[in-house]
Amino acid sequence: MNAQMFRRLGRAVLLPFLSIFTALLVGGVIIWLSGPKLNGDWFGVKFVLDGYAGLFLGAFGTQKAIIGTLVRATPLIFAGLAVALAFRCGLFNIGVEGQLALGALFAAWVGVNLAGLPAILHLPLTLLAGALGGFLWGMIPGALKARTGAHEVITTIMLNYIAAQIAGYLLTGPWRDPNPTNVTAQTSKIADAARLPMLLPGLHWGVVLAFLAAVAVWYFLWKTTWGFEIRTVGANASAAKYAGINVARNIILAMALGGMLAGLGGAVQVSGVNYRSTLGFNIGYGFDGIAIALLGRTTPLGVVLAALLFGGLRNGATLMQFRTQISADIISVIQALILIFVAAEQIIRWLYHVPKQRDEVGQAALSKGWGKS
Amino acid sequence: MSRNRFLFIIGTVVALIILTVVLGRNDVSPEIVAASMLATTLRFATPITLGALAGLFCERSGVVNIAIEGMMLAAAFGAWLAAALTQSLAIGIAVGILTGMLMGLLHAWLSVTFKVDQIVSGTVINILAIGLTGFLDTQLLSKLRESGLKSAGLLPQLPIPILSDLPVIGPIFRQQPIAWVSVILVIIAHYVLFYTRWGLRTRAVGENPRAADTVGIKVKWMRYANVLIGAGIAGLGGAYFTLEAVPSFETLITNGRGFIALAALIFGGWTPFGAWAAALLFGAANALQINAQQFGVPISSQIIGMFPYLLTIIVLAGVIGRAVPPAADGVPYETE
Repeated sequence: MNAQMFRRLGRAVLLPFLSIFTALLVGGVIIWLSGPKLNGDWFGVKFVLDGYAGLFLGAFGTQKAIIGTLVRATPLIFAGLAVALAFRCGLFNIGVEGQLALGALFAAWVGVNLAGLPAILHLPLTLLAGALGGFLWGMIPGALKARTGAHEVITTIMLNYIAAQIAGYLLTGPWRDPNPTNVTAQTSKIADAARLPMLLPGLHWGVVLAFLAAVAVWYFLWKTTWGFEIRTVGANASAAKYAGINVARNIILAMALGGMLAGLGGAVQVSGVNYRSTLGFNIGYGFDGIAIALLGRTTPLGVVLAALLFGGLRNGATLMQFRTQISADIISVIQALILIFVAAEQIIRWLYHVPKQRDEVGQAALSKGWGKS
Repeated sequence: MSRNRFLFIIGTVVALIILTVVLGRNDVSPEIVAASMLATTLRFATPITLGALAGLFCERSGVVNIAIEGMMLAAAFGAWLAAALTQSLAIGIAVGILTGMLMGLLHAWLSVTFKVDQIVSGTVINILAIGLTGFLDTQLLSKLRESGLKSAGLLPQLPIPILSDLPVIGPIFRQQPIAWVSVILVIIAHYVLFYTRWGLRTRAVGENPRAADTVGIKVKWMRYANVLIGAGIAGLGGAYFTLEAVPSFETLITNGRGFIALAALIFGGWTPFGAWAAALLFGAANALQINAQQFGVPISSQIIGMFPYLLTIIVLAGVIGRAVPPAADGVPYETE
């Protein structure tokens, strides 16, 4: 790598880094405002520092912490990739929550009902089932948009709620764990053969799958014709159409593939962490995925790094809450702040006097209102 | 909006009510079922109406607003807290409106001044609202509740004198204040948007800001003003949840109603009466879900629960005719 590449990498990372830093700063102020101010505590500042110390220790401080962070980051990587892929086609995939849920449901069904198969068949089938579930759930808004112009923001959000109702119905009804000791809305445990083996104690192979998925997305988008078409449609749909690209098909493909990634993420959670599908485990991944995709500038590498950060923050929040009683919800606030600063990068530029370089491209408009609905 | 669409919506509302009566248990008299459904429909439609009106003002001036959910959630929190601290429901409502406007200010600041993509901006507000209310709920509210903070109660019903004593349709006229305000606002919004100069300027800014600018209309100012008005209305909608529906705040108390309001707006063709009709439809579906168990309707509650969302998708897919948004909706205005 020569100096120029370093500088470009540095510039690409600078704004997100400053956004995160500023968000943590503002978050610190919020914590300070809501925290106790005891004597000898530097007016409550030490309280904030204790909180953040706990946060970072809990995220990256010990081997156990790092493993926890990686496990937390795994579904986030899938969610971020799902959103990023759709973004690349100019689409807003807010349906990750529902796609993840469908993937988990499909995967759990295969995991429970096809028991008796050897692991070499059962495990891949389970994961593929999850991918299929998410694929279908992503294809619906894609097809609606392509054929009828129905804006994917609303349709994906609606499908999230529908997925929640489906899951609620299945997990409290027909697919509920019949074990008499079970009182929650969840399926039975999946067969041993359908579970992801452990790489290290507590670290399942799903992490590797997540990284592989990121590589696959990179390859797909930048090294294949299909990926090129998707990116072209995202950059300028009219120009793509003029060049002969089938815009409708690419819209459907992008949403379906995004859904597939989210579904795979759900399947990995079922197969690697919970060993069953529980009601509501998927809540929050949708917005997290959007934040991660935007923070990672919709590139697979960026998504992985952002997911690791968010996974770390969430993991560390538990330790922070344990040590200082600061509610873990502050992480959501910090995430929102990060997103604000990333989206409105002018604020960061103004705060830290970062001039715009000549070859830097401003953030492209991701959507153009509702279109004809 | 087109006459056919309006009639279709009202027809579906009536059909839902008839459905409940027909499928219900035989031991409950149909009058009671119908009366209950009608009254509940209007009540449940209230937050959706207000949310849709909020979206109306924003979008008519050209600013896409998917943050209605976040605005209502933040306002619900603020309204409850203020009302509980001062034991005054009026102050609670005022603070609710102000909180909504604060969120609206952020949305306008990000999308009009910084020209951030309006859907990103809206998503940011939603995430911020969920995070802040969740954080403050655990960090602040639980401690305050432990030290004796009590709710200020619910807003009382304001029945209309003679009408509320009529059989069957009487209960419709026994509603709480915010529900009445929502109906009045629909009429006011219709008048303001289509019969006043302000409304004309707003619509101009939303359809062709460039032309409006050349005529001397301050585009950014109009957008800020409309977003703030819309956000204030959303704030009132948020106050409904914690001051009119239930006397307490819970995380995610809005439960997607903000998004349904947006769908109602689109369904209603970006007009006040259209949005209101759509809101009534969603209110009816919601009422059906709540009342189904009580009246013994033999459909699983989750299946009924899916109905509003499925309906939204069907509507958006243009099955009942397409609707055209304001032409400049979603496009940041560049002053050249």
